[in-house]
Amino acid sequence: MKAVITVIGKDTVGILAKVSNICAECDANITEVTQSVLQDLFAMIMLVDIDKLNIPFVELSQRLTKLGDEMNLKILTMHEDIFNSMHKI
Amino acid sequence: MHMGGLNIINSHDILETINMIDNENLDVRTITMGISLLDCADSNIDRACDKIYDKICRYAKDLVTTGEEISAQYGIPIINKRVAVTPIAMLAASCQTQSIVKFAKALDKAAHEIGVNFIGGYSALVQKGFAAGDYALIDSIPEALAATERVCSSVNIGSTKAGINMDAVAMMGGIIKKTAELTADRNCIGAAKLVVFCNAPEDNPFMAGAFHGVGEPDCVINVGVSGPGVVRAALAKSDNLDLAEVSDLIKKTAFKITRMGQLVAREASKRLCVPFGIVDLSLAPTPAIGDSVAHILEEMGLEMCGAHGTTAALALLNDAVKKGGIMASSHVGGLSGAFIPVTEDAGMIDAARCGTLTLNKLEAMTAVCSVGLDMINIPGDTPPEIISAIIADEAAIGMINSKTTAVRLIPAIGKKVGDELNFGGLLGSGPVMDVNPASPAVFIGRGGRIPAPIQSLKN
Repeated sequence: MKAVITVIGKDTVGILAKVSNICAECDANITEVTQSVLQDLFAMIMLVDIDKLNIPFVELSQRLTKLGDEMNLKILTMHEDIFNSMHKI
Repeated sequence: MHMGGLNIINSHDILETINMIDNENLDVRTITMGISLLDCADSNIDRACDKIYDKICRYAKDLVTTGEEISAQYGIPIINKRVAVTPIAMLAASCQTQSIVKFAKALDKAAHEIGVNFIGGYSALVQKGFAAGDYALIDSIPEALAATERVCSSVNIGSTKAGINMDAVAMMGGIIKKTAELTADRNCIGAAKLVVFCNAPEDNPFMAGAFHGVGEPDCVINVGVSGPGVVRAALAKSDNLDLAEVSDLIKKTAFKITRMGQLVAREASKRLCVPFGIVDLSLAPTPAIGDSVAHILEEMGLEMCGAHGTTAALALLNDAVKKGGIMASSHVGGLSGAFIPVTEDAGMIDAARCGTLTLNKLEAMTAVCSVGLDMINIPGDTPPEIISAIIADEAAIGMINSKTTAVRLIPAIGKKVGDELNFGGLLGSGPVMDVNPASPAVFIGRGGRIPAPIQSLKN
């Protein structure tokens, strides 16, 4: 199972490092990273493997949301099925 | 790890979904658990109420937390978790008592215990006539809705197969008015929780009309999706489309919205170990800015909802939503279509305030969309027979066109045309609208049953 972590906001130093750090602590393996621009805002999208997660998914999501709040960024953690459902037939 | 486009999911799709949720009010409107109470019938009303309370609490104890967990996992807001039960008139039939408000109180207590914001099914199905329990239930509606907070009530007075029970129609005019009077100190909110149906669906997840039909399994999960804001935004981003292209765009958007609902429904069904029933493909507005069905019609090119052209635009919208949604879900049901509840839709509230949207236009609109005259404030001194006649007109539209129609009118006690009623929350607010005062009293007073139309003879 995979989750999609999306970071949206103003580009600042250390975003990738801090998000990666939390993923590593929770045993979420980052498999892909991409960057986009959404309405003048920086958007980083990470695909992470959550099969071996050492905490409940909701806790990972909450930790990342908290990090986002501290860095003035929006960080969303969503199970990949939502995107597969909505955008694939 | 490598940089670049994700090979499994397109980053544009990810950002589109997030934008729909963050900026365009995309959500799952409701997960509704249907629970059969047929096995709770008892000749002693207190014993029946105990059984009802226990069964609802046992079956739905994890409904709210499961909804919250799914919401957290997928990042989708799930606004409401609700319960629909067997029409209570069927349980009242077994009771030896005249006052059956205890049933409503038991439902309300269960709703508080499990944390759902509405519980539907204080209902009677009388399209062809009254059975034991039906009179007692209808008679008790005003008191039941005044004495409870979360209970919703509905009465089905007609169907394409049975015709229209005009005795029930005549009763309901007075019942709606009395319900408003008994809750006059709370903006007449009782009447906002009472729906009169023709062709009521038995698997509708939306309140106030949800109940658990007798052909349904013991327990079932039904999901209602929403997303008027997403449809409007998609139209706003695309210029110069002809109406066939508008329809295609709405279909694609409805497909995405419905797939999300299907995912949530399947997941809720799996986690709660309850069969999945249906996804209701509806565009359900809220009073929030950017969540309005009227604004979709205006985006199509009408100066204001209610203008000539509104019925045609709504017909296109309603049809495209169904066509887009049908392939996205394995089982579609409920009401499935665009809702037009006046006080719950920012664009309709504005149009009603300035007089562009009238009761007559709304009646025409109900011929081509999913429900009926919904959440409309009428003058508090409207005679019961006029309310009954409005119900009869709506029921006739539903009966002849083999579709669901409903009436949810709020007589604004002590108020007149132009005054406002504010319910707060999802029920919204709106102006008191003008009603044709010419009397239908003799017609309504005739009673009897309007025969089922020729369309009903399909065998």
